[in-house]
Amino acid sequence: MTRAAGFVVAAAALTLPFWLQSPYHVHVAIMAGIFAVLAMSLNLLLGYTGQLSLGHAAFFGIGAYTSALLTLKLEWSFWLALAVAVGLAGVAGFFIGRLALKLRGAYFVLVTISFAGVISLVSLNWIELTNGPLGLPGVPAPELGPWSLRTKTAYYYLVLAAVALSYALCRRLVRSRIGRALVALRENEALAESIGVDVTHYLVLVTVVSAAMAGLGGSLYAHYTRFVSPEVFLFTYTVTMVIMVVAGGKGTLAGPLVGAVLFTVLPEALRAAASWQWQMLAYGVLLVALVFFLPRGIVPRLAAALADRR
Amino acid sequence: MLAVEDLAVRFGGVTALERVSFAVRPGSITSVIGPNGAGKTTAFNAITGYLRPTGGRVTYDGAELTGLRPSAIARRGIVRTFQKTSVFPTLSVGDNVLTGLHLRSSAGFFAVLAGRRRLAAEERALAAEAADIVEFVGLTHRRPEAASALPYGEQRLVELAVALAARPRVLLLDEPGAGMTGAEKLVVSSLIRRVRDQGVTVLLVEHDMRMVMGISDTVIVLNGGRVIAEGAPVAIQAHPEVIRAYLGASAGSA
Repeated sequence: MTRAAGFVVAAAALTLPFWLQSPYHVHVAIMAGIFAVLAMSLNLLLGYTGQLSLGHAAFFGIGAYTSALLTLKLEWSFWLALAVAVGLAGVAGFFIGRLALKLRGAYFVLVTISFAGVISLVSLNWIELTNGPLGLPGVPAPELGPWSLRTKTAYYYLVLAAVALSYALCRRLVRSRIGRALVALRENEALAESIGVDVTHYLVLVTVVSAAMAGLGGSLYAHYTRFVSPEVFLFTYTVTMVIMVVAGGKGTLAGPLVGAVLFTVLPEALRAAASWQWQMLAYGVLLVALVFFLPRGIVPRLAAALADRR
Repeated sequence: MLAVEDLAVRFGGVTALERVSFAVRPGSITSVIGPNGAGKTTAFNAITGYLRPTGGRVTYDGAELTGLRPSAIARRGIVRTFQKTSVFPTLSVGDNVLTGLHLRSSAGFFAVLAGRRRLAAEERALAAEAADIVEFVGLTHRRPEAASALPYGEQRLVELAVALAARPRVLLLDEPGAGMTGAEKLVVSSLIRRVRDQGVTVLLVEHDMRMVMGISDTVIVLNGGRVIAEGAPVAIQAHPEVIRAYLGASAGSA
C-alpha cells in the first residue's frame, strides 16, 4: 500500500512539469521542494531527538550566503559552492550541537534563536562582505556541463534530486541503529544512556546532518531566486518549517514532505482566492483546526486509519 | 569483579553514602537491602555513572569506572535498570528491545548511508536477537504493542528485556519487584536466576525480603550510608545489627 503510494508520488513528481503548464505552478513546486528539504532537516532534530531548533533559518541562511558569495565573488562553480555551503552549515551545526550537550528543551530553543539572531546581525552589518540590507543580487544560475539550469523546469529537476537525496538519507538514517538511538534520546534519555547510547555523540551527529541539509536548502534557494538578503534569516522561515513538520507529522519520514507541499501550495491558493486579510485568517483557522483535530500530524493519522481498515 | 571502595556521596551537608566498600562476586546474585534512605539507589547511581561520587572509586576487573559517563560504563558491560518504570513509552515492545541492542550493533554513520548488504544482514540478526529476548521474558504476545499501553508488571519485564539486550556482564536491578503481584514476583525471581545461570552477575536492590532471601547468594545491608552487614541470607536474617536497623534501636537493646 505505502509502496504503491510511493510509486504514484514519485511518478507524479517526475512528470510534474509536463502537466503543469504555467511557469507559476512550477515555481510553487520548486518552492515546495526547497521547503521539503528544510522541513526534513528540521524533522531530524525535532521529530526524532525531540529537540526544537528555532534558529533553523540560520543554517538555511548560512547555506544561501556561502553559496552566493562563493559564486559571485570567487566565481566558483555552483556545485563546488553548494558543497562548501552544505559543509559550512554543518560546521555551524557542530557548534550548536556541542552547546546542546549541556542544554535541552527550552534552553536549546533559546540558544538556537539567539544563534539565528547573531548570524542575522552579522549579515546586516558586515557590509563589505554581504552588502548589508541591500543583499546580493545577480547570484548565477547553476550550470550542468554545457547546460544552464536557468529554466524553471530544469531547476525543478535539480530541486527534485535534492529532495530525493535528502529523503533517502533521512530514511537510511532513521531506519538504522542511529535512528533508534535518536528516538531513544527523545523517548527516555536516562534509559538510552543506560543501554550504552552515547548521547553526546548522537546529538552532535544529528545536529550536523540537520544543519548541513538546511544549508543545502539555502544554497538551492539562493541560486533559484538569484538574490540573497538578510531576509533569509527571518524567523518566519523557521516558523514555516516548524508548521510543516508538526502538521505533516513529526518523527515520520513522509510528514515533512506532506507538510511542505501543503503549506507551500495553500498560501498560494489562498492568495488567488481571497484578499490578504482573509488569507491570513483562513490560514490561521486551518492551522488551529489541524492542531486540534490531528495533534500528531497528517501522516500518523493516515497511517492509523489505514492500520484500522486492515 | 565489580568492586566498590570507600564510596562516598554527599549532597551539600547531607551524607548519603559514607565510605561504602563491597565487592560483588562474579556469577552471584547479590542483594543490597536497607531501610528507606539507606543509600541503596544512591549507590546504584554512583556505580553506574548517573551520579559523581564525592569520594572513593568503583572498578570492574581492576579497570576504573569512576567518572565515566553512564553510556561508557554500559559499554564495559555494567547495565542498570531504574526504580521507577523506565521504558521507551511510544515504541512497541519489540522496538524497545531492538533499541536496547544498540551495543550489539556497530554500523556507523557512513556505513548506514552506504547501506551495504552487510548492514541488512546485521539488521536481520538484530531483529532475531530482539525476538529471542522478548520471548525470554515471556512477552512475545505483546511484541507489537506500545510499551506504555502494557500493564505495570509487564512494563517492568520490558525494562528487564531492554537491559538484557545490552548484554550485561553485571546487571544492576533497582527494585525489579516493586509494585508487582506475588505471581509476577515469582516470574521475575525465576528470570533473575536464569540470567545468573547464563553467567551474568546480578546486583539487586529490593525491599521484598522473601524475594531477596529466596534468590540471593550474598546480602549486603546498608544503613545510614554505611555497610552494616554482609553475608549469606541466613546469617543476615540473624544478624543483630540488621534486626536493630529494621526494627529500631530499642529492639536491639531489649
